[in-house]
Amino acid sequence: MSFDEQYFKLGYIDTLSYKNTFIHRLDPRTKVIATLAFVVTVVSFSKYAITGLVPFFLFPVLMFALGDIPVWFILRKVLVVSVFAVFVGMFNPLFDSRVMFSFHGLQVTGGWISFLSIILKFLLTISAALLLIATTSFPGICHALRKLGVPELFICQLLFLYRYIFVLMEEAMRMVRAREMRSFGARGQGLRTFVSLIGTLFLRTIERAERIYQSMLSRGFTGTMHIAKAYRFGGSDLVCLAVTGIALFILRTYDIVGIIGKQAERMF
Amino acid sequence: MHMADSLLSPAVGAAFWAGTSSALAYSAKKCKASMDEKMIPLMGVLGAFIFAAQMINFTIPGTGSSGHIGGGMILAVILGPYAGFIVMASVLTIQAFFFADGGLLALGCNIWNLGIYPCFIVYPLIYRPLVKGRNTSRRIAIASVISAVVGLQLGAFSVVLETIFSGRSELPFTTFVLLMQPVHLAIGLVEGLVTAGVINFVYAARPEIIESIASARPLVTDLSMKKVFGGLLVVAVFTGGVLSWFASANPDGLEWSIAKTFGKPELPERNSRIEALIKSLQNKTAFLPDYSFKKAEGSPDSAEAGKSETSWPAIEAGTSASGIIGSTLVLVSVLLIGVVIKLLRRKGGRNRII
Repeated sequence: MSFDEQYFKLGYIDTLSYKNTFIHRLDPRTKVIATLAFVVTVVSFSKYAITGLVPFFLFPVLMFALGDIPVWFILRKVLVVSVFAVFVGMFNPLFDSRVMFSFHGLQVTGGWISFLSIILKFLLTISAALLLIATTSFPGICHALRKLGVPELFICQLLFLYRYIFVLMEEAMRMVRAREMRSFGARGQGLRTFVSLIGTLFLRTIERAERIYQSMLSRGFTGTMHIAKAYRFGGSDLVCLAVTGIALFILRTYDIVGIIGKQAERMF
Repeated sequence: MHMADSLLSPAVGAAFWAGTSSALAYSAKKCKASMDEKMIPLMGVLGAFIFAAQMINFTIPGTGSSGHIGGGMILAVILGPYAGFIVMASVLTIQAFFFADGGLLALGCNIWNLGIYPCFIVYPLIYRPLVKGRNTSRRIAIASVISAVVGLQLGAFSVVLETIFSGRSELPFTTFVLLMQPVHLAIGLVEGLVTAGVINFVYAARPEIIESIASARPLVTDLSMKKVFGGLLVVAVFTGGVLSWFASANPDGLEWSIAKTFGKPELPERNSRIEALIKSLQNKTAFLPDYSFKKAEGSPDSAEAGKSETSWPAIEAGTSASGIIGSTLVLVSVLLIGVVIKLLRRKGGRNRII
């Protein structure tokens, strides 16, 4: 993925989070807590769980639909993220070759089942994280984390970092373009150029930080960052959290897929 | 090499979250006590710097492929361990949110692997003793390369441990170690060269930045760092131990917490006819692992949770067929729900409630 592409994707997610839908209007705390509960519930399924995980796709689908989030954008992002989990999971079929069941003559081993389980969990947890950020602005998430007891200094750090990502990335993008203009093929893309590029970027960053500090002082900075938008934990948040909690519990304890499958078999 | 949610068990994820968040709280306290507020914008902008720097690719010497930096060691050297750790943690947090690198539960592990080792182990125990306050470019280069290599080796090794403890992967310990460590030796060398280059570049241009950080932190002696790390390890091991004890004494943690709320392991039952039907169906199918196990091996000390999970396979073809049919039906209906809501939205325009 090229530099420009990454930059614009980051910006696009940011603009998505300022939509005005039911999901977007919820208090950030509700979404952060619900997402964490969702991830922990999904991960708590055993190594060989597949059918238990299937109904959990209801949650991302609802977020997509209610939050009006473009499906293909998130799906593409899910597919290009670090595939470490898939890479590690790929070894399961090699090491676990006990036959679990055969389906119309097809022998299915435990390794393939646990690999599929890892992939399902991967899809669910990664899309949950991306959907959280696509439906909640990052300052909103910081506000939620502050209310949930994360140290003030760290919140400040996150807000600052986020505010200046776009500035510094534009700076870096200009440098990368300049490097590309002056390099032919692989020449000029090496370690030596890279180090002085990064070093220069660093020095510019330090100087920028000094200027920022001066201008913040002149505007009365005292050590905390304030968020202009007022968030309120209201009735719909309570209902949403309760419904999510109950749904997660039911899907975790009852085998919905098994029940539906049995019923369907009986009907046909 | 970001650790991923899908390879984690809740107990391991929570253990590393406990260790990481106490390190974060401790570092925030230390930073507040020792620094002026001038550091706040500096740290924030440096986090953005690391972020931007990670997006610039370079050609790795000897190979044709391109790579990018991690940056943990650069931060530790330039900002000192506490502020460096906070910045690294914030970079990883934003990556977890915007690029879904790893995921939210694995974020604790990732901050541990890529933040704690460079800042609290490698910097005080390797980098500082090697440089000894005399910043010659040779010393900086040697110390940076060794530090980056050791830091990444520790990080890679803890990815292996986290995966093995979680028990979601079948990779045997030794194979996994043999896969991870050499790869990260190479990555560490490159990272070390870049770290050395950047620190030397900065030192040549603005020596006061590096000198002031090195001298401004006389409080940080090696002894206190060892204590910090020891404390973190205790917190993490304790959390993991407690959680896995609950996981083994009870079928799983979730049911345990439910049991606490409701007084018994399932939701209170109402004797309606439908629920009786569902109940009987469920008893017949007994598809969900926990469910059948509770009757099969009810004694709490029978086996640890990880072991008992492996005995799921007692399924005959009939049940597996119903599993496949059920999964398909559920997936299709879930997708339908999504499509219907989308269509309703489009039809109803902007002033609908959903």
